[in-house]
Amino acid sequence: MAPAAMIRLLVSRLVQMVLTLAALSFVAFLLIGLMPGDPIAVAIAGDPRLTAEDAARLRALHGLDTPILARYLAWANSVLAGEFGHSRLFARPVADLLWPALASTLVLLGSAVLLAAAAGLALGALAAARPQARGVVDALAILIASAPTFWIGILLILLFAVTLGWLPAGGQSEAGGLDALRFLLLPVATLAIAGLAAWARHAASALAEALAAPWILSARARGASRARVLWAHALPNAAPPLLALAALDVGALVGGALVTETVFARPGMGKLLYDAVMGSDLNLALIALLLIGAVTMAASLAADLAQRALDPRLRDLA
Amino acid sequence: MPGLAALLRPLLAALLLAPAVPAAAQPRDSLTIGITQYPATFHPNIESMAAKSYILGFVRRPLTLYGQDWHLACGICETLPTLENGLAVLETTPDGRPGIRVTWRIREGLRWGDGTPVTAEDLRFAWEAGRAFETGFGPAEFYRRAYEFLSAHPREVTLRFDRVTFEYASAGDFQPLPAHLERSIWEADRRAYRSRTRYETDTTNPGLWNGPWRIAAVQPGAGVTLEPNPHWTGPAPAFRRIRVLTVENTPALEAQLLAGQIDMIAGELGLPLEQALALQRRAGNRFQFHFQPGLIYEHIDLNLENPILADRRVRQALILSADRAQIVARLFDNRQPVAHSNVNPLDGVHDPEVRQWPFDPARARALLEEAGWRPGPDGIRRNAAGERLALDFMTTAGNRSREQVQQILAAGWRQVGIEVRIRNEPPRVFFSETLSRRRYGGMAMFAWISSPESVPRSTLHSEEIPTAERNWSGQNYTGFRHPRMDELLERLPETLQRADRLPLWRELQAIYAEELPAIPLWFRADAHIWPLWLEGVRPTGHLNPSSLWAEEWRPRR
Repeated sequence: MAPAAMIRLLVSRLVQMVLTLAALSFVAFLLIGLMPGDPIAVAIAGDPRLTAEDAARLRALHGLDTPILARYLAWANSVLAGEFGHSRLFARPVADLLWPALASTLVLLGSAVLLAAAAGLALGALAAARPQARGVVDALAILIASAPTFWIGILLILLFAVTLGWLPAGGQSEAGGLDALRFLLLPVATLAIAGLAAWARHAASALAEALAAPWILSARARGASRARVLWAHALPNAAPPLLALAALDVGALVGGALVTETVFARPGMGKLLYDAVMGSDLNLALIALLLIGAVTMAASLAADLAQRALDPRLRDLA
Repeated sequence: MPGLAALLRPLLAALLLAPAVPAAAQPRDSLTIGITQYPATFHPNIESMAAKSYILGFVRRPLTLYGQDWHLACGICETLPTLENGLAVLETTPDGRPGIRVTWRIREGLRWGDGTPVTAEDLRFAWEAGRAFETGFGPAEFYRRAYEFLSAHPREVTLRFDRVTFEYASAGDFQPLPAHLERSIWEADRRAYRSRTRYETDTTNPGLWNGPWRIAAVQPGAGVTLEPNPHWTGPAPAFRRIRVLTVENTPALEAQLLAGQIDMIAGELGLPLEQALALQRRAGNRFQFHFQPGLIYEHIDLNLENPILADRRVRQALILSADRAQIVARLFDNRQPVAHSNVNPLDGVHDPEVRQWPFDPARARALLEEAGWRPGPDGIRRNAAGERLALDFMTTAGNRSREQVQQILAAGWRQVGIEVRIRNEPPRVFFSETLSRRRYGGMAMFAWISSPESVPRSTLHSEEIPTAERNWSGQNYTGFRHPRMDELLERLPETLQRADRLPLWRELQAIYAEELPAIPLWFRADAHIWPLWLEGVRPTGHLNPSSLWAEEWRPRR
């Protein structure tokens, strides 16, 4: 891809991302801000000692007595100035909460995507290379796709943590290092298994299609081994649709991460966002939502660029 | 995540038939506790929530507290002030009203975790910050009433109040704050103090804590680690390290307990009773189970502005056709006492002679007939105008236990000709909008938590009915108006001698049981789950958690 075309594409996609994030922030601010039950209403309902005077004082203190549009503009100004504000729920600066949570979720998502992709590709390749195995792979994929993520998680906990006692049932390691890996295994396996089915089915279709192409026949005629034909000739041609799947998968996995982080009591972006929305922590919820949106869009852009790099037919498309 | 929890619970129960391996042997000088909530703040005077109270129980001691016997006692004070011992003195306020002067003396040798003594200056700072309403402490009533602070000795504080109540000796949320660390931050910017306090920015600073332990590490949203406070002069704690982990999802919490990752689940913030009972059936030999009835009063508020419910006979018919004893037996294994009024049987002011409504559908039908409700062709009663006897019934969506109770009650009421329409809402909407703005049309099931001998003014006085003019404060959601009840609620706090209050309490309970602004259901029990090797934990059942006496917890020898 020519550098100028690449820059054009990048700039146009980045502008799109910024506009999308701005629109997302406005809509999310309105939706969360208009949700019934502001923090003071919740506090009043829970504490009989709060008087009418206390309610008015606390509303003013939290800036809840101003119109929602004014609140949005003030919030947007602060964010543009790099000030992400304070989390009401955790009584800490939002930035202090976000980065550890984002890092934890990215490790979880990254590992899960890699594992799902590797296992899914292997299963897809098996189905494509050996048509008699296709039925088994399809059945396995349907079975996995039908299993809810939380169910897979709880099964793994019961087997590996409760019954065998090999791995922790949840939480996060205090020690770090190899111990952290032990805490990561079950959540990653849960999320990877949940994502495996889509990878296996798409890989099987894409590889089967590539294996039927004339250049594969030509490679075989030149004496290339079965493995070489599959991995060196068919896979690069099957890669673009799989990359598109990877980009789409990031969005789906973020949803899965919420469930996984809840079942495994593992701090991360999904859990943080859920806690923030349920706890009326507008500031934290918005920043977390925008960050998740930005990560998803960045993953989509990366996949798009990789697709164009791999597929010459896409290079001239804007 | 209540929906997910509801899905996971039966799955976990079904699959746990597999034999569990015993938890790996734990070192007995550390303890890991699971709870279901993470505190929004560690500042003792900002916001009140159960998770904060539980954790701060290990690391701070209040001036006064309610003991395990439900009586007020000293925390860090030497002697509880009384009129008899002279530490409380009735007086007149400068503007001529009856007032009281109360003196507490701080126990000798009490120090913050950095070695600085706890003194009257720490209480003076707490009082000044509380009186400056821009600081943003929650309920400000205590500070409004305490109009003057005096200190004649570094360990002695006297507050002058402009109102005399029988609770004068209780310091409530008035707790010492380490002035040597916090005052300068507060003075620099009072409005920003909430977010700049060291309790949020430097939570592991030992100087913030004066209890047997101090907070040594914090994982936001996940838990805290506690280590002994070297300057604690009380009984030496047995545990070198305590971890309090937050696992909001109760099936996940149960799995971590069974996997040996946590040693115990605190009843104050633990498993729902029915989940704990199921766990006891499966793993009763691996843990100690203790069910502590407490002050959480489960009931159904009745909207008395609804013309159907305005008729007392209908309210009485509702309670007569609700088989509460059977529900408690079947769903809760008789672990929760049926409530006959809003006062807990464990509370010293409870009247055992209060009217107890039995399950009597025949009498309920008779009362409804008397009230003009006759059975229609579909079994639902109608009045002379042809209106159906139909009521909305709301509770918190996703609370499996409440939803089960709701179904059973609705079936019972249908038997006597009352149609019930179930309309549940997420807790946030239910509590902060529907209830507090009195937008529920008929019945609303939820719970109140209070302290021992808590005068229910906010829930029963006619001046406490939430309105827009009152900023929706007040908790008289039923709209109950009863002049004699108002009078009792005003007289009770001002009656200083307990013996004189008892007849007032009896009358209050009698009116409540007869008028039924709400249908009493039961008092909830907390399910405490401890390891077999632990002893000394004594749950209270009220707002002061068991952690306030955690230095008494010991590994069994």
